[in-house]
Amino acid sequence: MARDVNESLARVFGLSAEEYARVLDIMGRTPSLTELGVFSVMWSEHCSYKSSRVWLKLLPTTAPWVILGPGENAGVVDIGDGLAAIFKMESHNHPSFIEPYQGAATGVGGILRDVFTMGARPVANLNALRFGDPALPRTRRTIDGVVRGIGGYGNCVGVPTVGGEINFHPSYNGNPLVNAMTVGIAPADRIFLSAAAGVGNPVVYVGSKTGRDGIHGATMASAEFGQDSEEKRPTVQVGDPFVEKLLIEACLELMATDAIVAIQDMGAAGLTSSSVEMAGKGDVGIVLDLDAVPQRETGMSAYEMMLSESQERMLIVLRPDRQEVARAIFAKWELDFAVIGHLTDTGRIVVTHRGVVEADIPLAPLAEQAPLYHRPTVDTPQPAPLGEVADPVGLEAALLRLLGCPDLCSRAWVWDQYDSTVGGQTVRRPGAADAAIVRIEGSRRALALTTDCTPRYCQADPEAGGAQAVAEAWRNITATGATPLAITDNMNFGNPEKPEIMGQFAAAIRGMAAACVALDFPVVSGNVSLYNETEGRPILPTPAIGGLGVLADAAASVGLALPRDCCLIVIGATVGHLGQSLWLREVAGREDGPPPPVDLAAERRNGDFVRREILAGRVRACHDASDGGLLLAVVEMALAGDVGAGLLPAPGGVASHAFWFGEDQGRYVLAVQDALAMLQAAAAAGVPALLLGVSGGKDLTLPTGDTISLARLRAVHEQALPSLMGG
Amino acid sequence: MKAGIVVFPGINRERDMAIALEAAAGHKPRMVWHHETDLAGLDLVVIPGGFSYGDYLRCGAMAAQSPVMGAIRAHAARGGHILGVCNGFQILTEAGLLPGALLRNASLRFLSMDCWLRVERADTDFARHYQPGAVFRSPMAHGDGNYFADDATLDRLEGEGLVAFRYVTQEGAVTPEANRNGSARNIAGLYSPNLRVLGLMPHPEDLVDPLMGGTDGKPLFDGLAAALAA
Repeated sequence: MARDVNESLARVFGLSAEEYARVLDIMGRTPSLTELGVFSVMWSEHCSYKSSRVWLKLLPTTAPWVILGPGENAGVVDIGDGLAAIFKMESHNHPSFIEPYQGAATGVGGILRDVFTMGARPVANLNALRFGDPALPRTRRTIDGVVRGIGGYGNCVGVPTVGGEINFHPSYNGNPLVNAMTVGIAPADRIFLSAAAGVGNPVVYVGSKTGRDGIHGATMASAEFGQDSEEKRPTVQVGDPFVEKLLIEACLELMATDAIVAIQDMGAAGLTSSSVEMAGKGDVGIVLDLDAVPQRETGMSAYEMMLSESQERMLIVLRPDRQEVARAIFAKWELDFAVIGHLTDTGRIVVTHRGVVEADIPLAPLAEQAPLYHRPTVDTPQPAPLGEVADPVGLEAALLRLLGCPDLCSRAWVWDQYDSTVGGQTVRRPGAADAAIVRIEGSRRALALTTDCTPRYCQADPEAGGAQAVAEAWRNITATGATPLAITDNMNFGNPEKPEIMGQFAAAIRGMAAACVALDFPVVSGNVSLYNETEGRPILPTPAIGGLGVLADAAASVGLALPRDCCLIVIGATVGHLGQSLWLREVAGREDGPPPPVDLAAERRNGDFVRREILAGRVRACHDASDGGLLLAVVEMALAGDVGAGLLPAPGGVASHAFWFGEDQGRYVLAVQDALAMLQAAAAAGVPALLLGVSGGKDLTLPTGDTISLARLRAVHEQALPSLMGG
Repeated sequence: MKAGIVVFPGINRERDMAIALEAAAGHKPRMVWHHETDLAGLDLVVIPGGFSYGDYLRCGAMAAQSPVMGAIRAHAARGGHILGVCNGFQILTEAGLLPGALLRNASLRFLSMDCWLRVERADTDFARHYQPGAVFRSPMAHGDGNYFADDATLDRLEGEGLVAFRYVTQEGAVTPEANRNGSARNIAGLYSPNLRVLGLMPHPEDLVDPLMGGTDGKPLFDGLAAALAA
């Protein structure tokens, strides 16, 4: 690859003219091709967070239970009993558009490695997916490929996929979002970090061989799509979940010894980012001999090896006296193991290949002089108030339309393709509760896990939407009886060089930060995906939140399945907010008004009350009222329990359609046996509560007296997605 | 009951199986690495679910050629008990210890859901804690569970009473709707002629604890532990 290194090549590699000038300044000469490659990926948006870092600092990241916040491969929280939960969510948006199956599959593989590289056995996968207009064939092809990819990888590695969410909107037509989350469990005192230490210590490469796949993937993920996006297919990596499974077992076996000094997976920007970050964090130098790198293709150049994003690879700094112990473990699992370098005291990364020094870069300036942008922002204008919206169709017709619309219909078609039970610890599977419940093997404890975001709220008001995403994750965990502990965030936005996009980002962060503080729900890890635009059209701002909570006793959790002979009570105030609601979009055909406000004090008060009542054993089922409002919440509970319900009229002062379909926040629908006691307890706690109806039978009886059989509701709910996808 | 779980690279339900076996037998099973060739002393050899060797060839085809398979065949020849679940069932058919083959699901999609199984005979060491004709719930999770054999083989299996479990409705009816993967004659599990080898696609080991939604799978392991008690 004899290419002249100059500013124009730097531009092709994604560096600006100013950034290239800084490279020249640091190097004091024209960089080699390999060196330019290293700078371009390390300074890409994907690796450097150059546009987002100034804003991410506003997020709260500490709490007494936080062991490690952002900065390592994943966040770590104390979950009691000497155990830690390690988790993170990460995007694979751009690859999943170009090649849906492999893009999604390697997204799962990458986030798994981020978690087990820290010493945790992965125990659960979740995801947050956004697709375009489902009427388009391209969208259906993307959905099919992404779902197969997530299943193909997760099912094979044997980590249950226990939860997730899916939204549809035309803004994702050319830019689907695939955000994958992994949660693992480790002893709290056995967390492995990436900072290299010990001059002379061997640097070891393990896992799959290196090929030419994914070269410049991180750069591709840091640019908008144009009409040539199909040509970028070669930048997508190819996953091998079988090798990943072996790598998990081999790494965990090695981690049970005292051989590891530092370890990091080779994710975006592969060997470059892992070696640069490990050495940089440890304040040491590193020498790499690329001739020793296991290769699956012949004639690879230094540039190609340093930039390859071949999957299922890890870089480890070992104690020299434990090298043979480690080698034997990887031999047992039939994985490549190669000493490819050692640590030095030079503070430089030196890469040699066939006796030639291909790169020699000082590490400190590479990190410290990485670009950092305070990009201009423009605030999103406040949406005009919605005003009165008349009900054009009535409750029954609106319910049926909403129940079968893409954003609310049953996701069983998707879940049924994910192994949700492997491991034997899944207490509440997808759709059974507001958060998935996964018990910790050999313990009574369980994790409550969810992913949440409502992009249409974020589009209308990014600050309110950011707060709402965090609040909904907190609420979904609370609705199972679990105590919310921390979140991981996956910030998916458009082109940050546009002030209105950067304004969305900044406002979403402000809203999230306020909610995190009010709810004691800090951010411990995360990922930023920008440039989610195709031909200049950005996605809806989508700050996806992955939430984690803990239950001291898995048996105390509740699901959403409605039991018979219960009273339905809504906790939280209902004013009938229809702005940005699904009713407004699907029934009235409008996408306007402000999103529902999030009153964080009320959110906290209502949730703490609900959790207390669940743990006291006074709640038989619980479901938060969110998309689609109260009536959808009740119907989802009825379908999950296969038990009908009869509903009372809306209280005076709120129009019936606004009461049943409004999306006021901070609300939970509870099924209880003693309604009076619950209403009194709520009053005593200063929490609004209202009786909605009673459960029983096999029909839903609306306040109008109209009756719809559960069978009919189920057919509408469950057939929508399969018929969309052609079975 | 001395049980051993065979661990091929890529197997992923060995932990689930170990939990179910320990709950039934009162002690941990032995984990058998795929290079081992001596299974002496084991009453029960279990081949659990997963993706042995990645299953990049036909499911189970690589595992059927692995070093431990000779010992498993010898164990079968000695009249030892063998339980193959999911990938384990696929491996047993590839190794010729059970007839037929497991093809891609008829829908060509991975299927992860609960199914209902009918106990076709209860006079075996595996099913003795179920009632004959009982219907029980079991999770299943596979892409290749569509049992296939030629008609003559199917007739013989039926005639000799070697069908262990069938996919049925909750009420016990054999219907196409209950047979999600498209298996011939709704067959979910099969016995060897001596009734000592059982292969089945669903995962009763994942339903042995009320917390996970039920204990429908527990009688299978309790029955084995009782039958094989020293």
